[in-house]
Amino acid sequence: MSAISDRNVPSGLPPSDRSRPHAPRQGRRLAFTIDRILSVLIVLPSILAISIFVYGFIAWSVRVSLSAWTKGLIPNYTYSGLTRYIELLSDRRFGIDMRNTAIFTSLFLVVCLIVGLLLAILLDQRLKGEGFFRSIFLFPMALSFIVTGVAWRWLMNPATGTRISGLNLLFDQLGLDFLISRWHTTPPPWGIAFVVIPAVWQMSGFTMAMYLAGLRGISDDLREAARVDGANEFQLYRYIILPQLQSVTLSAVIVLGHTSLKIFDLIVAISQNDIKLDVPAVYMWRTTFDGSNYSRGAAIGIVMLITVAVLIVPYLISSMRSQEAKL
Amino acid sequence: MTFARRFSRIVLYALLILLSVSYLLPIYLMLVTGLKPFAEVNLQTMWQLPNRIAFDNFLEAFDKLWPHLRNSLFMVLPAALISSMIGSVNGYIFSKWKFRGADLIFTLILFGMFIPYQSILIPLVQFMQFIHLRGTLPGLILVHIIYGIPITSLIFRNYYAQISTEILEAGRIDGAGLIGLYRWIMFPLSIPGFVVVLIWQFTQAYNDFLFAVILTNTAQWPVTVALNNMAGSQIVQWNVQMAGALLAALPTLLVYILLGRFFVRGLMAGALKG
Repeated sequence: MSAISDRNVPSGLPPSDRSRPHAPRQGRRLAFTIDRILSVLIVLPSILAISIFVYGFIAWSVRVSLSAWTKGLIPNYTYSGLTRYIELLSDRRFGIDMRNTAIFTSLFLVVCLIVGLLLAILLDQRLKGEGFFRSIFLFPMALSFIVTGVAWRWLMNPATGTRISGLNLLFDQLGLDFLISRWHTTPPPWGIAFVVIPAVWQMSGFTMAMYLAGLRGISDDLREAARVDGANEFQLYRYIILPQLQSVTLSAVIVLGHTSLKIFDLIVAISQNDIKLDVPAVYMWRTTFDGSNYSRGAAIGIVMLITVAVLIVPYLISSMRSQEAKL
Repeated sequence: MTFARRFSRIVLYALLILLSVSYLLPIYLMLVTGLKPFAEVNLQTMWQLPNRIAFDNFLEAFDKLWPHLRNSLFMVLPAALISSMIGSVNGYIFSKWKFRGADLIFTLILFGMFIPYQSILIPLVQFMQFIHLRGTLPGLILVHIIYGIPITSLIFRNYYAQISTEILEAGRIDGAGLIGLYRWIMFPLSIPGFVVVLIWQFTQAYNDFLFAVILTNTAQWPVTVALNNMAGSQIVQWNVQMAGALLAALPTLLVYILLGRFFVRGLMAGALKG
């Protein structure tokens, strides 16, 4: 069988069967074998790099997390079992981190999906200037979380009285005083919920783009048929269109979910070390590189990896299966 | 058009305009703050348009950020170029020359783009110290290239999967081997793929904060680290911070405005769709 995959070849014959009569058999075989070896050689450096920098380093992180390297820059690999992980269970700061991650991730997912879907449906109404609106909702995607964080820290400034500024000032001037808020400085646990606002601002355009692509994939005939059957616009979306967008929602959950489980820069830029807004990614950074507690840092990193893997691995496996099924 | 239909159109546009305005608020604030002379900077009037256009804030922010903006560009351009070359050959092999186990290996590679980098950070720092590249821009470039392998290979593999295998078959009959097929058929067809991947890697590396903050020292800080540092400082005023944020956003914003179409394609590729 040929190594060139024949996904796009309509004929039922494998390509090797068709190309066989064109060339003397022996020569082709030889050239072909060389090409096969070459194909592996070409991707080998990448495979090696990933084996070392991803899998090797993960293994090494696990080793560090099981060590007694809790102080200083000089490694101490004395084996100390699961001590670091057990410590994390009763670590107050890590408890705050886990709670913050749970609140942030669930709110972020729900709000981002709803806003993204809403924007996509609004843009799917054969508008003039659709491209213009689309670019506006998408542009925050091009920014770094640091830029977003710096800008939103001022927008969400909680000061009151004569120091009032940012969105609070805007609401005050527009007579929308009931919207004035302490934003991310709201007492725990809800301060972190306000950090969802800049995160949604940045990522909802992406969700919109995914849903829009999904909506464009639904045939007009189907919509027409539903309308002929007397469905109104709401029923059309509720019963015909939304059920067809499930796979888009799944992909969006994967991308948004893993982004938010490891959220780091946005928190750093907005919280500026406020422990009430802490998340595991920030704790890992601080405890490792400021506190020199390498084994605790490694343990946090591994816990984060496991959380993300629970979400990603099933998706990757099913993705691979469908890829194989296509061949 | 019926009255009800016209009415619903008006509501629709009103809603979209309202939403657009709220999405643009942060940029508006950065822009008007940046364009005010220092004398006009005042928390109470932060939402008002400047009476007189001045570049005080931008100039001061530029003064502070320019060395770091330069670092960012020096780091990002080679990282994006080399990444896309590697992604292109990988994508070619993984789409058209599947060896036994290629799909499994590819999936294992893909896992690398989802991991939280906190789980490899400590060994990475040790390794970079060991090869004496910690605290250097080439070190940061290397890291972006390696951790860019999964996404760049994925984008190219999906792109090449759309190119008909029959063209390659024809090329094979004409005597071209694996390298010839790439050189004479695939590569010339790859320009859109390259644009997508270059933009994607440019944006990713430019916007990165985690690798940069851990692998570089003050002198090599890219602009994201410098901006965050500026925002945390008590000395730098909020108006300069705002101008700085816009300045730091400018390169990727420009890319988005000029090449938005390709940017969105890279975005969607990240969502897999095996």
